[in-house]
Amino acid sequence: MRKYGLSLATAAMIAVGGSALIGSAAQAAGGGAHPPQPDYSFTGMFGSFDRAELQRGLQVYTGVCAACHGLDLVRFRELEALGYSEDQIKAFAATYSVEDGPNEDGDMYDRPGEPKDRFPAPFPNVQAAAASNGGKAPPDLSLIVKNRAHGLGSIGLNFVDMLKGGEFATGAAYVSALLGHGYVEEPTMADKMSCLAANPGESHEAYEARLEEFEVPAGGHFNKWFPGCAIKMPNPLYEDAVEYADGTPATPEQMAHDVSVFLTWASEPTLEARKEMGIKALLFLIVFTGILIAVKRNIWRNVKKA
Amino acid sequence: MAEATQSGGPDEEEGVGRRDFLNYLAVGVGAVGAASFVWPVIDSMNPSKDVLALASIEVDLSQIDVGSAVKVFWRGKPVFIRHRTAKEIEEAEDVDVATLIDPQSDADRVQKPEWLIVVGVCTHLGCIPVGTAEGETRGEFDGWFCPCHGSHYDSSGRIRKGPAPQNLHVPAYEFLTDTTVRIG
Amino acid sequence: MSNHAAPDFKNPVIRWVDSRLPVFSYVYAEYGVFPMPKNLNYFWNFGALAAVVLVTMILTGIMLAMQYTPHVDMAFNSVERIMRDVNYGWLLRYIHMNGASMFFITVYIHVYRGMYYGSYKAPRELLWILGVVILVLMMATAFMGYVLPWGQMSFWGATVITNLFSAFPGIGDAIVTWLWGGFSVDNPTLNRFFALHYLLPFVIFAVVALHVVALHVVKSNNPTGVEPRGPQDTVPFHPYFTAKDSVGLGVFLIVFAFFVFFAPNYMGHPDNYIPADPLVTPPHIVPEWYFLPFYAILRSFVDGWWPYEVVFGWWASAKLAGVLAMFGSLLVLAVLPWLDTSKVRSCRYRPMYKWAVILFLIDFVILGWVGGKPAEEPYVTIAQGATMYYFFHFLILTPLIGWIERPKPLPASISESVLQKSAAK
Repeated sequence: MRKYGLSLATAAMIAVGGSALIGSAAQAAGGGAHPPQPDYSFTGMFGSFDRAELQRGLQVYTGVCAACHGLDLVRFRELEALGYSEDQIKAFAATYSVEDGPNEDGDMYDRPGEPKDRFPAPFPNVQAAAASNGGKAPPDLSLIVKNRAHGLGSIGLNFVDMLKGGEFATGAAYVSALLGHGYVEEPTMADKMSCLAANPGESHEAYEARLEEFEVPAGGHFNKWFPGCAIKMPNPLYEDAVEYADGTPATPEQMAHDVSVFLTWASEPTLEARKEMGIKALLFLIVFTGILIAVKRNIWRNVKKA
Repeated sequence: MAEATQSGGPDEEEGVGRRDFLNYLAVGVGAVGAASFVWPVIDSMNPSKDVLALASIEVDLSQIDVGSAVKVFWRGKPVFIRHRTAKEIEEAEDVDVATLIDPQSDADRVQKPEWLIVVGVCTHLGCIPVGTAEGETRGEFDGWFCPCHGSHYDSSGRIRKGPAPQNLHVPAYEFLTDTTVRIG
Repeated sequence: MSNHAAPDFKNPVIRWVDSRLPVFSYVYAEYGVFPMPKNLNYFWNFGALAAVVLVTMILTGIMLAMQYTPHVDMAFNSVERIMRDVNYGWLLRYIHMNGASMFFITVYIHVYRGMYYGSYKAPRELLWILGVVILVLMMATAFMGYVLPWGQMSFWGATVITNLFSAFPGIGDAIVTWLWGGFSVDNPTLNRFFALHYLLPFVIFAVVALHVVALHVVKSNNPTGVEPRGPQDTVPFHPYFTAKDSVGLGVFLIVFAFFVFFAPNYMGHPDNYIPADPLVTPPHIVPEWYFLPFYAILRSFVDGWWPYEVVFGWWASAKLAGVLAMFGSLLVLAVLPWLDTSKVRSCRYRPMYKWAVILFLIDFVILGWVGGKPAEEPYVTIAQGATMYYFFHFLILTPLIGWIERPKPLPASISESVLQKSAAK
């Protein structure tokens, strides 16, 4: 018993940590619901991106999102990771016009895009973006999946999901749900509950009454996955908004899914390299630790110890 | 721990052999692991992807008149592109290669005789020679002149006089069309 | 016992160097034949693990500093450039990011092991205080490091924490302005945080060196808390503890690697992937998890809470009280050797205090949990209760138990304790 005092303490800590986990899950339910988690191919220790999804997602981004949202951190040359050849990327980049300069006369000039260039921003600056979009600048999408993920930031939160390699897939699920099935014409009580949380200390009746009265302000749109329910962005996806090169039917759900995968890649283009190296590193360390245990046992075999 | 007190004696020898082997194995495997961690650390100081993406440039030559030269910026250094006149080409080809400080024929230094492309860094101590722009002194051999320590380069960019040990370097380049060249 | 003469080195180069600068003799004496209690358990690994993490952090940190730009307009993108363009930049950054968490995990376990087995008691008080100094320096370093990526949490974390100093009456605002080098967290702040974040790890390294020197004077405590009586109680550091520490290191690296490769953002906040925006505050500003217990103590002090009114109400604002309590929660650790009145070190032989120390751990975890919650009920009450217990443990329970507790009989020596156990099996 006395020998196990510290181990007991550790167990106690894990127990408390576990209750913290349950507590946070309950809190999440009260603070606005989270969309269902699709089965993404990039989760898990052996996860990788589906090239077809990535290519379709790029089509959705360029065909729909790019009109208002930048992708500032991604360069055309990186699209090689989506399975395009160098020539395809050159041709694709050349369809964009990029401002360069100044030239010898001191003027800025436009030239065709090159692989080294970033995706051009749709607006010259944040103010212009806000002015053209009802006062709210559309966010850059380069890191949207990573910065819209939830359940991170603390030991104990979403522990099981973490062990399964879920990472920031919750961010992708958010993007996919928001676009794919978030817009509701006539929201029900349940729809409103998923995006408007009860205030601390608010009675159930008061909460329901508040939801009953909730109206989307002018210039807004109801989206049941958007925190606060009222999103400035009108529903961007409609049937056949893009024509997929591979012939996949372009339903809003399909497009939302594909673009969420593409944006996950944009958030973390090194994800596949990381997991690949991680498997090797873990295998190596497990073998190495096994050897070290054998060494240690051999060295200690003649020592009487507690 | 009961078995610990029983060990020793007869199988002691064997145990020591096994221990040595295990120790060597552990140290060896550990060294491999350390090395495979050190490599990413070292490699992170090599040129990154965005630097490599800018490692080649394309230059439009159609604006460069015969007899003039331009300076373009490539990999953090100037590159001189000279549209040589017939006289300059002749001067460059007529030199007895054996007499040169850094013997090299003009034909080895150009792909098309009318276009000379060299890295504009003096091979002595890294100054930028003058002679590219209109009106600058071009040295005694109708090429470039390095004002730092007085190296004279000829119309093929070869060192002819002064302390520089080598000719101006020729970068890797290829003509994409008659008037476009990709350097790097 | 430790009067080993310098070994007779066979290699002439080593002999030549050693007779002029006895580094080889030193390593031989301090890490070769250095006597270690033979009954140390795996909780004694964590000091060495923390040292390994420190070296890893310094190494990856220097590589990252070569690529990072400490300017408000470029910092965020320079970090993303590391993630995307620099060769293995993502690996270095994720090791550095998660290394901070690993550092705190190992150090917290290391500290708790010291509390449980009474490692702070005479003659190890100074060793312990140096450890508390290291912990405080680590906190400062980690805080400033978190500001560098210049995301939303970086910016607002820096704003909130630096604003703490405004609690000091009279000079508070001047201190904050001085810390910022301006009128808000801005470019001068980022620059100085970068400079200090680079400097402090080397200061930590120096204090760690002192910590190790002190350790090698007073030698390691052990699970019985009974000092070794002779050679039968000890084994030489090498190969016994080089081997044992290596096993711990291997297991630790597996955990570390799992986080770096498969859950690298798990312990970071998603909002830090949004560039800093001085005009928009994120809905929940939460410090990094390792600060949460102390953050909970800070937030507990509000007007009307009776412990605040009794202790501080008549002379300090609630804000100042929170700041003082937060710093006090670390200071109280430093004076623990004098708060504990018991002669017995190890909780193995302290039936009452053992439970107090276990309860303290639970209290600390609860503090960490509520620290991450919004400041609303029931979390406020829980945090206040846990804060009270934190200080109650150190200031009242620890001295009191020392007086009233009847410890179990101590073994005459480590060997005897080991024999007793073997017999019991």
